[in-house]
Amino acid sequence: MPVKLTVTGAHAVAQAMRQINPDVVAAYPITPQTPVVEYYATFVADGMVDTILVPVESEHSAMSAVVGAAAAGARTMTATAANGLALMIEIVYIAASYRLPIIMPLVNRALSGPLNIHCDHSDAMLARDSGWIQFFTENHQEAYDFTIIATKLAEKENVLLPAMVNLDGFITSHGVESFEMLDDEVVKEFVGTWNPKYSLLDTENPVTFGPVDLFDYYFEHHRQQEEAMNNAYEELPKVFEEFAKISGRKYDFLDLYKTDDADYIMVVMNSTASTAKYVVDELREEGKKVGLIKPQVFTPFPKKEFQKALNGRKGVVILDRAMSFGKEAPLYSLIKSALYEVPSRPKLGSYIYGLGGRNTSPKMIRQAFEDAFNDNLVADEQRYLGLRE
Amino acid sequence: MSNLKGWKEIPIGGVIDKPATSRLYKTGEWRVSRPVIDREVCINCMQCWLYCPDMSIEGSIEGKRMKLGEFKMEYCKGCGVCAAVCPVNAIVMKPESEFIDE
Amino acid sequence: MPNIRDLVDYVENNDWAFTQGHRLCPGCNAPMVANWATLAAKSLGYEPVVGVATGCLEVSTTIFPYTSWNVPYIHNAFENVAATISGAEAAYRSLKNRKKIDNDKIKFIAIGGDGGTYDIGLQSLSGAIERGHDFVYILYDNEGYMNTGNQRSGSTPPGADSTTEPIGKASSGKLQLKKSIVDIVAGHEGVYAATAVTSEPWDFMRKMQQALEFRGPAFIAVLAPCVRFWRIPDDSGVEVTKLAVETKYWPLWEYNMGVYKVTKKPKTFKPVKEYITKLGRYNKLMKRPDANEILEELQNYVNAKWDRLLALEELTKDKPLRTKI
Ligand SMILES: Cc1ncc(C[n+]2csc(CCOP(=O)(O)OP(=O)(O)O)c2C)c(N)n1
Repeated sequence: MPVKLTVTGAHAVAQAMRQINPDVVAAYPITPQTPVVEYYATFVADGMVDTILVPVESEHSAMSAVVGAAAAGARTMTATAANGLALMIEIVYIAASYRLPIIMPLVNRALSGPLNIHCDHSDAMLARDSGWIQFFTENHQEAYDFTIIATKLAEKENVLLPAMVNLDGFITSHGVESFEMLDDEVVKEFVGTWNPKYSLLDTENPVTFGPVDLFDYYFEHHRQQEEAMNNAYEELPKVFEEFAKISGRKYDFLDLYKTDDADYIMVVMNSTASTAKYVVDELREEGKKVGLIKPQVFTPFPKKEFQKALNGRKGVVILDRAMSFGKEAPLYSLIKSALYEVPSRPKLGSYIYGLGGRNTSPKMIRQAFEDAFNDNLVADEQRYLGLRE
Repeated sequence: MSNLKGWKEIPIGGVIDKPATSRLYKTGEWRVSRPVIDREVCINCMQCWLYCPDMSIEGSIEGKRMKLGEFKMEYCKGCGVCAAVCPVNAIVMKPESEFIDE
Repeated sequence: MPNIRDLVDYVENNDWAFTQGHRLCPGCNAPMVANWATLAAKSLGYEPVVGVATGCLEVSTTIFPYTSWNVPYIHNAFENVAATISGAEAAYRSLKNRKKIDNDKIKFIAIGGDGGTYDIGLQSLSGAIERGHDFVYILYDNEGYMNTGNQRSGSTPPGADSTTEPIGKASSGKLQLKKSIVDIVAGHEGVYAATAVTSEPWDFMRKMQQALEFRGPAFIAVLAPCVRFWRIPDDSGVEVTKLAVETKYWPLWEYNMGVYKVTKKPKTFKPVKEYITKLGRYNKLMKRPDANEILEELQNYVNAKWDRLLALEELTKDKPLRTKI
């Protein structure tokens, strides 16, 4: 029977990892990811898992070690945040192009500088083109669930891509909240065993990982990666379906909240969606036809789902917790581009919020909606929520 | 590029799924001079076999003795290390131009 | 230790572990190291799993779809071969514990150039050694970033010409001595570490066997000339390393858990100048007015280093620092 645990988000993620019990975990501490590794180390120390934990000397080595371990046929995980991700980014790309299904919770934190340890999504956006599947989660339950879902998807034979599970630093990772934990056996069975096609330990069939790949084949290998990402998109609904069977929780690419008849829609990722839902409820009570979309999947980008959900609306406000200096914000630019193909384009507004952990209040969220109600959306203008002039 | 394979035909992840495939690449074409061995002088010590940076010298055990085999010209790059390490000077390097007919 | 018969016998009845068709320059000494290391392991009954750092050896032996490796192989990046192999080794332990693999013969070998070892890969190497992974790290030391065209590294000796610290009208080029990499590794204490050269294959084979049998991290630094950028004839790399030993430039020694041992003690030594003047990469130095000064400093250094080694040998005899990793 599932149990309710009232713990931090970091603990919830560590519990999912414990149930998956990977062969190898290599990680290096960084706020606010640290408790994930600490909990896991405790599980190892107490014999609750028989994972080999490699306490590496840097994030670069964490990703390098899991690449080595995964190539040797192990199910592998690591976790990091911000500067840790930046340090390992070279190998993050390599992991994806070697097609190693490594799972990595990314506890979102501002990517320096100056130094800031609090939440934003600039770290996730650094890796947006790395070839990893990227999930985003609102709360403890989702962070836990998606760690399990990610493992199942990443290891599909026609996918074989690494996956990141994003959760908001401090807000989710350190906040205490209840979530429902599945039975160990149920999770174990759901993720199954991992049988890699190639392994360094198969000395009867020696393979070469990571050759030099020049102008004659590099392009083809990258086309394969794109195909794998397309397959991940195709496979995900099935995985969501299977997960619903064991958990009763049915996920989709987009979490649609009161959007059915909505004229105005906000799009926001991760924990701020909770605040936004509260504001949507308030506005609904005031008679406003508003709704919220929280993408659960960022890569592969659910373009069709966005087109379907946003076609014909009056106004859409998109909140980004990261900037793309000199260009439109990442989530905004993707949605804007998706809407090029819809027959009835809504008005669009781009809002940057919450950088470096800046608090995002219901009032700020309401302000973005108000702009939409007042026909004050300018597609080419980037606005800021909670910024002092 | 005509005999190169398409993206659906190659293993994923850049993996080379078979070992030792570089044998298909004949480095002997690089050679400008080649080793010529005097079998009368050779003492079958296998020093050249051990040192050849291109593994292009064959060797075998015959009864109790080691025996130096063929020099595989398809791989030999003509570096001359074999001649340099030979303790009895049984190998000389000759310009490739002398073998144009072969 | 395998002897020549064992090796010939092994190859005749099996195959090379590192094969023909690689594209290293004619006369390069790096393939000798790769060949000997894997062959030693194979002939001793081990199954080597190899990781190589970015560099000449890596780029020239695995150009897709061609590979010269007849054993499992991984290249990850330039600075992380030790971390990568440490992960593979952890996977091996884990999968063995979980009875998913039944093979006691596997040995992990990481190979890196001097750039990938002394410089950009030093952190990853140190971490993997400190964690006590069971692997052998082999450095093929050609004293520069040769793959990218002879840039200086922390291993380039003073006075050697390089493209990032060239000798010019106003500069004698790099003046810093090489890092003493084996001392750095030995500083981790719970380790086997040794030097080797291509002119002493049996010294290398013995050390390789010791490294393979050592239950923990082992390190062998092999002086392996790059004929192209050392500006020496294609066939002379081996001869040059012989001279390196005879001039105290590259003494042969080993360190085992605190105990130092000099593994070759020539009766007489040649002046280091004899070694230096053999190498074309010092030609520009030799034309400079400060050439003798730099040579003298180097001579004093190698003398002191040699005396120090002998003293360390004496001091640490039968006195290991540790008995366990
Ligand atoms: C992070 C990173 N920086 C720089 C390079 C470029 N690079 C590739 S190989 C190399 C030099 C390798 O030198 P070394 O390790 O001494 O090996 P060698 O080529 O001399 O055998 C450099 C600088 C790289 N591949 N990756």
